[in-house]
Amino acid sequence: MTQFLDWLRDETPTSRRQARWGGAFRLALALRKNHLAMAGLIIITTLILFAIFAPFIATHPAIQQDLQGRLSPPSFDHWMGTDELGRDIWSRIVYGSQITLFIVFLVAAIAAPIGLIAGAVAGYFGGWVDRIIMGITDIFLSMPKLILALSFVAALGPGIQNAVIAIAIATWPSYARIARAETLTIRNSEFIAAIQLQGASSTRIVFSHILPLCMSSMIVRVTLDMAGIILTAAGLGFLGLGAQPPLPEWGAMISSGRTFIFDQWWVATMPGLAIITVSLGFCFLGDGLRDVLDPKQGGR
Amino acid sequence: MNAIELNELDIFYGDTQITDNISFDIKQGESFALVGESGSGKSTILKAIMGLAPKWNGSIKVNNVARSHGIDYDFAAQCQMVFQDPYGSLHPRKTVDATLSEPLTIHRISDQNERIEQVMQSVGLDLSFRFRYPHQLSGGQRQRVVIARALILEPKILLLDEPTSALDVSVQAEILNLFKKLRKERGLTYLMVTHNLPVVSFLCDRLAVIKAGKLVEVTGVEQLRQGNFKHAYTQELYAASGGVIS
Repeated sequence: MTQFLDWLRDETPTSRRQARWGGAFRLALALRKNHLAMAGLIIITTLILFAIFAPFIATHPAIQQDLQGRLSPPSFDHWMGTDELGRDIWSRIVYGSQITLFIVFLVAAIAAPIGLIAGAVAGYFGGWVDRIIMGITDIFLSMPKLILALSFVAALGPGIQNAVIAIAIATWPSYARIARAETLTIRNSEFIAAIQLQGASSTRIVFSHILPLCMSSMIVRVTLDMAGIILTAAGLGFLGLGAQPPLPEWGAMISSGRTFIFDQWWVATMPGLAIITVSLGFCFLGDGLRDVLDPKQGGR
Repeated sequence: MNAIELNELDIFYGDTQITDNISFDIKQGESFALVGESGSGKSTILKAIMGLAPKWNGSIKVNNVARSHGIDYDFAAQCQMVFQDPYGSLHPRKTVDATLSEPLTIHRISDQNERIEQVMQSVGLDLSFRFRYPHQLSGGQRQRVVIARALILEPKILLLDEPTSALDVSVQAEILNLFKKLRKERGLTYLMVTHNLPVVSFLCDRLAVIKAGKLVEVTGVEQLRQGNFKHAYTQELYAASGGVIS
């Protein structure tokens, strides 16, 4: 183990693999010093563990109804109470983490690469390419995210997959903006000129020289946006356009609990707490990553 | 045979004319300096030769082949450029190894490992630096990496854009000695931009003096050492640098 740590800490790495691992190790060390980021990381890890081990953590099946015990308050048997159909809210929240993670990661996996490539291409080539791509992003950015997602879901039909596509369509333009701004600052630098002089193709320059430099700000931005994505997904669920019953989606759960909010507060509050906790987790982690990955502070 | 021939070269940035009617020839194996004040257009001439300043009239020939107005894939292996600022000309997220292997990958050269080790040795970089990032290197080491990157495709012509002006004095001397050694070993042709006359006398055979985009005079390094110039502006430059050049 100590040998492995020494290998990681080595200031004069002897192979490409060691240089990469050493860099990741130093990043992890820097992240560990940031307490808020660690709190965020713990929340996100817990969420992921909940999603993976949901059947073992949940005390009841997510859609098992028990009309005798409907709307019962939190108790030893039902940790967070039951909803209007007698379903255990704790179990539904645990299973709901799967849906939340599914939405968040799918949106990030669709929107971030599209935004990144569109922005880098616009910034690198400039001229009319830039004007067309940025014109499109301006149109998307001028509409509120939730309204845009709403209209797409209305067109595509309700459901999780469509909600994911709709949210992705609504989020990529802001990533394109960031990637373009970042690209503009590095496009005229001498190291890009140097690689142009080596005869590199534009594709190679954009993908292997410009995109790696946009990555850190993009990772930070996507992590910070995950809170917003969860809220948008919950908003769509609340409006009945996201996940459909009986899927235990947190937004939809709040929506169904709205009717009883004064007498049976736990029905809407518990999923609300889950949304707040996870959003906060992503925000903390994003802030921490920004401190660690910022090239101006780390000199990296 | 001439390595570089410029004929009546006018270079433009947008509508602004930067140089006016520049003509000179550089023989193969020669070391030639462009001297002048800041903003006189010296660096722009290098950029036009490399294809980074695409708007020009006149003719540029390298190894007797006319240059196009852009960057050519084949030209990269004949002629490379060393930039002024070793801090800005290395990709901050790429190790020395990645920086040096990139040109080899672009030009589909397979013996990367040997080439990289060989070029690092010839620019005096210890092999232990191979997997370091630029921020882990000093200014002089970075400039050696930049020189190694320019040399790895084994070009015969190097364009040097004030290659030592961002370095401190002791490191400057090391890098200049390196240039001298490399030229001898590899038979390189240098076209160097500088405003430092002692550097010219140390490294170059001939120099051209440029003022406000116009060629003032082309003279030998012997005349420079004796302070013996035809043109008043060159005298002025000479006097400004202290009038003593060894």
